[in-house]
Amino acid sequence: MHSFGYRANALLTFAVTILAFMCVISSLSDSLNSPSPSAQVQVLNMNWFQKQPSGNDEVSLTLNISADLQSLFTWNTKQVFAFLAAEYETPKNSLNQISLWDGIILSKEHAKFSIHTSNKYRLIDQGSNFRGKEFNLTLHWHVMPKTGKMFADKIVIPGYQMPKEYR
Amino acid sequence: MDWQGQKVAEQLMQIMLLGFAAIAFATGYIMGSFQMMIYIYAGGVVLTTLVTVPNWPFFNRHPLKWLDPSEVEKHPKPQQSVNANSKKKPTKK
Repeated sequence: MHSFGYRANALLTFAVTILAFMCVISSLSDSLNSPSPSAQVQVLNMNWFQKQPSGNDEVSLTLNISADLQSLFTWNTKQVFAFLAAEYETPKNSLNQISLWDGIILSKEHAKFSIHTSNKYRLIDQGSNFRGKEFNLTLHWHVMPKTGKMFADKIVIPGYQMPKEYR
Repeated sequence: MDWQGQKVAEQLMQIMLLGFAAIAFATGYIMGSFQMMIYIYAGGVVLTTLVTVPNWPFFNRHPLKWLDPSEVEKHPKPQQSVNANSKKKPTKK
């Protein structure tokens, strides 16, 4: 601590070390938060359902997605990425996940929403398994913090069924 | 900066930074504002820099008391014996 430069260096090093430590504690403080999110999805309409010339089934849905993800937000949350996926089982794959809608939620005020939309991304099967297929709609979310560990979780909403016939 | 001043400066730096970090974290957590935490801590670092980095007169209150030159004259250094072998490393003075 004998010179100006030495003191400046020591202070900067110590200050940055403490800053890193504060960031770690901020990340740990996230685990004190026990979120209770909720989500409802209604399939309002099956717009059309057909077999592509390539042999894959494709369906178009109109959805109403309402969710309350406000409890996911803490002081250390930068944004939440949420997406709705159709999940179903086929003989070929034990789990098929097809993203139908996604969104980035930047603030707690926008984390409670109700959206009326047709599927943003096309819902196409690998093959022709959709007729009468039961599927889940699952709302996944990834919490992106300002510093530290990312969190991911989901709500599974079971009990949807594809039409029996093409139309 | 004298020896005592250096010790005080280092301790002051550490205590102030830790104190500001604790205040910043508590305030940020209670207000739910990460930004507030960073601003308070940044302010604390600047203040600590101003207090501990420049050589304030405060740090020079305990100057070293060197012996008076007349004292040296009273106790002269023992003369080094001149060594004939020049290849030998010169002894430390």
